[in-house]
Amino acid sequence: MSTSAAVRGAFDPNADTFPKLLIRNANRFGDRPAYREKEFGIWQTFGWAESLANVRAIACGLAALGAKRGDKIALIGDNRPRLYWTIAAIQAIGGVPVPVYQDSVAEEVQYVLDHAEVGIAYAEDQEQVDKLLGNMARCPKLKTVIYEDGRGMRHYDQPFLFSLERLEDIGRKFDAEHPQFFEQEVAKGRGSDISIIPYTSGTTGRPKGVMLSFDNLIETSRRSVAFDKLSETEDVLAYLPPAWIGQHYFSFGQAMVAGFCVNCPESGATVQTDLREIGPTFYFAPPRVWEGLLTQLMVRMEDAGWLKRKAFVYFIDHARRVGLGILEGKSVGLLDRLLYALGELLIYGPLKNVLGLSRVRIAYTAGEALGPDIFNFYRAIGVNLKQLYGQTESSVYLTIQSDNDVRGDTVGPPAPGMEVRIDDAGEVLYRGPSVFVGYYKNDEATRSTKTADGWVHTGDAGVFTTDGHLKIIDRVKDVGRLSGGGLFAPKYIENKLKFFPYILEAVAHGAGHDHVTAFVNIDLGAVGNWAERQGIAYTSYQDLASKPEVYGLIRSNIEQVNRDLAQDPDLAASQIKRFLILHKELDPDDGEITRTRKVRRNIVAERYAALIDALYSDRKDVDIEAKVTFEDGRMGKIKARLRIEDAATVAPAMKKAG
Amino acid sequence: MAAPVKTVGDVLLKVENISLSFGAVKAITDVSFEIREHEILAIIGPNGAGKSSMLNCINGFYHPQEGAVTYRGLKRHDVDPHEAASRGIARTFQNIALFKGMTTLDNIMTGRNLKMKRGLFWQALWAGPAIAEEIEHRRKVEDIIDFLEIQSVRKVPVGRLPYGLQKRVELGRALAAEPTLLLLDEPMAGMNLEEKQDMCRFILDVNDEFGTTICLIEHDMGVVMDISDRVVVLDYGRKIADGAPDVVRKDQAVIDAYLGVQH
Repeated sequence: MSTSAAVRGAFDPNADTFPKLLIRNANRFGDRPAYREKEFGIWQTFGWAESLANVRAIACGLAALGAKRGDKIALIGDNRPRLYWTIAAIQAIGGVPVPVYQDSVAEEVQYVLDHAEVGIAYAEDQEQVDKLLGNMARCPKLKTVIYEDGRGMRHYDQPFLFSLERLEDIGRKFDAEHPQFFEQEVAKGRGSDISIIPYTSGTTGRPKGVMLSFDNLIETSRRSVAFDKLSETEDVLAYLPPAWIGQHYFSFGQAMVAGFCVNCPESGATVQTDLREIGPTFYFAPPRVWEGLLTQLMVRMEDAGWLKRKAFVYFIDHARRVGLGILEGKSVGLLDRLLYALGELLIYGPLKNVLGLSRVRIAYTAGEALGPDIFNFYRAIGVNLKQLYGQTESSVYLTIQSDNDVRGDTVGPPAPGMEVRIDDAGEVLYRGPSVFVGYYKNDEATRSTKTADGWVHTGDAGVFTTDGHLKIIDRVKDVGRLSGGGLFAPKYIENKLKFFPYILEAVAHGAGHDHVTAFVNIDLGAVGNWAERQGIAYTSYQDLASKPEVYGLIRSNIEQVNRDLAQDPDLAASQIKRFLILHKELDPDDGEITRTRKVRRNIVAERYAALIDALYSDRKDVDIEAKVTFEDGRMGKIKARLRIEDAATVAPAMKKAG
Repeated sequence: MAAPVKTVGDVLLKVENISLSFGAVKAITDVSFEIREHEILAIIGPNGAGKSSMLNCINGFYHPQEGAVTYRGLKRHDVDPHEAASRGIARTFQNIALFKGMTTLDNIMTGRNLKMKRGLFWQALWAGPAIAEEIEHRRKVEDIIDFLEIQSVRKVPVGRLPYGLQKRVELGRALAAEPTLLLLDEPMAGMNLEEKQDMCRFILDVNDEFGTTICLIEHDMGVVMDISDRVVVLDYGRKIADGAPDVVRKDQAVIDAYLGVQH
């Protein structure tokens, strides 16, 4: 389409804010779908022109209620067209939207409202309104609450509560009286104005408000839209929290720039159904979603008839052999291509259809590490899954993989326009047009994150591969050094181990030692199943974990990881020399891992100090007496003798020059 | 949050001197009470007190030997279930009576049955006016699905749903008839705490949002006391108390009945 080509490349110097882009889209695309929302079981579509009319009414309504340029207006709710319209409306009159995670508890909401000095707040429904009302006393600046869904609100008669419908009515009246107002306000907006202040989730300390300008987001969106050749014909599904910068970027920034349609699912529980119905062409999902989909699929295949199962196994094997080559346009033999085409007809096509991925042209994952097996599975069946890496401060991403250079174990080369480097401590730093303006009301944090010459600290440790891809290995604070000086990134090694189905959990040790050792937790389900097939009898977890055959199985996994590590000059020194299999699972009840399954290193190191000492000695076994907490709260003791085994290491690949 | 101000109206249904026996077994003996418009009335009592029988008399499933039921000014000795339904009495059952093989959507659609004007002929052909009518009914059903937050199971056969959700679907089907009086037979039986809380919220919402009068039977005293405006207590087929939850809670006869004092 000729218009789409124009949109992709064109840099429209006048459209330097989202409201200006919205007006441009309404003129250019008219009734093309801008938003869809599933309501009452039917997809309701709103065109660009209609969206503009609604944004205009909301903007005028906000002005009529007294909103001024520079006012912060909070939004709390799920993905809904009206939420996105309200964001655009706030920006249109020069306000700054402050999105809040919809599952935040009242105290978290209060902190953000208070910190951002919010005067008007938009809430999706009664639940969110209640959170705001509960905070009214502690947030003296909060004067007005607007809500979208009136269900259960008939007895709320506070004078400062407005339904969105009423706000729009007020706005239309205001608009009729001040017909020039909207255009004038939009025209006042500048690219350097603050476009949005998302608060980072704050795993460490209080959340920080990240000020992003229109230039930040629009510039990044323009580059990425061109990078992935996105046009107004794309469909995306907005199902992650709108307060998360990634969702904001995919369903607002890029959507405004490219003019594509944002689809809002009915509810959190219906996402899978809605995904199938919409069939997005551009799709982002965190690793746990990709893993979940695949597990679901495998479980259902187990229940299928033997013919289907045989066909599935045969064609998936074939896809794993040649699918990646076909997707990446490499040379693949004619016979293999024909067989793959047959597989597409019989297996891959229907499979993608069930998963809602039939129309996906570009898919991304980011956040945590995704196992290479899972990553390659999707690519093999023809889903163009890629990785990116970024953070709120970089207006989403700073590295991104291009279609013809995708790898499961990297996050790609620096994105267009972005400079990325690694400092002496191993930390990843970046600089570019998408770098945030600063933290809201927190100059100290801004100074410690952003250097005077514009480099931003990520807090992540990374290494570059020889061909310029970035690998994120761990948080900087968790990365240590071996006594020989080599880099030791425990999480990176543990993730590699955990990608094997037999390994549930792993803890790597090595900081300050000359080599790396590891604790391994076996996965009872997977290893138990394996043992059954091997004809190995066992009585308990502890018994199974101590079987020589199981040690052999785990050793082969570890040696595979060692071979992988040896490929990487920076990490070759952290190959695992010795390991043991723990007699019990690391358990949140014992405080050894968090409820979200993150290893608590110091507690494990303290509790199992004797084991770590033994790992760094010549002993072949070690006795352990461990306290366990039973589910009813009683304490007990487990005594065990654990064997320690060696794993073969590989000579490292040649260290790259320079 | 502002406390809902509730106005309880006139008598909607009056039960007068009902006695019901099965052969020599007396299930209900001379029970009278009233249900007022817009209230939530709970009928409680120990096992075998005659609670379900009472409900069955109200909607005409059982015919009491003595007494009469007056509903919206019309006095009946024998209530006809079909007439009761068409005059706005809907109910749910203790042991879930849904069509297990049908989807949530279809089950709730069956609740619209009495509202459908087109005959079997047009419905079977699914042509002409029947289409427009079905769309209108579907719209109503979707409102209920939205209200009860069961969008995610819209197209799932009911037999595959967990128990708590099935109960909710059954409530949905009863609501589809847009009842004036809703009879709920142990709506929270066999539920876990969270499911009970959800169900309580829905019952209160139905009462509040649609103005539906609700008469429910329940075992769980705590739940009953929290949500009902008035409580009628039955024991061995007789009414032993009738009043506000706080009053009933302190009533010696009720305490005895629940603790099992010898009669």
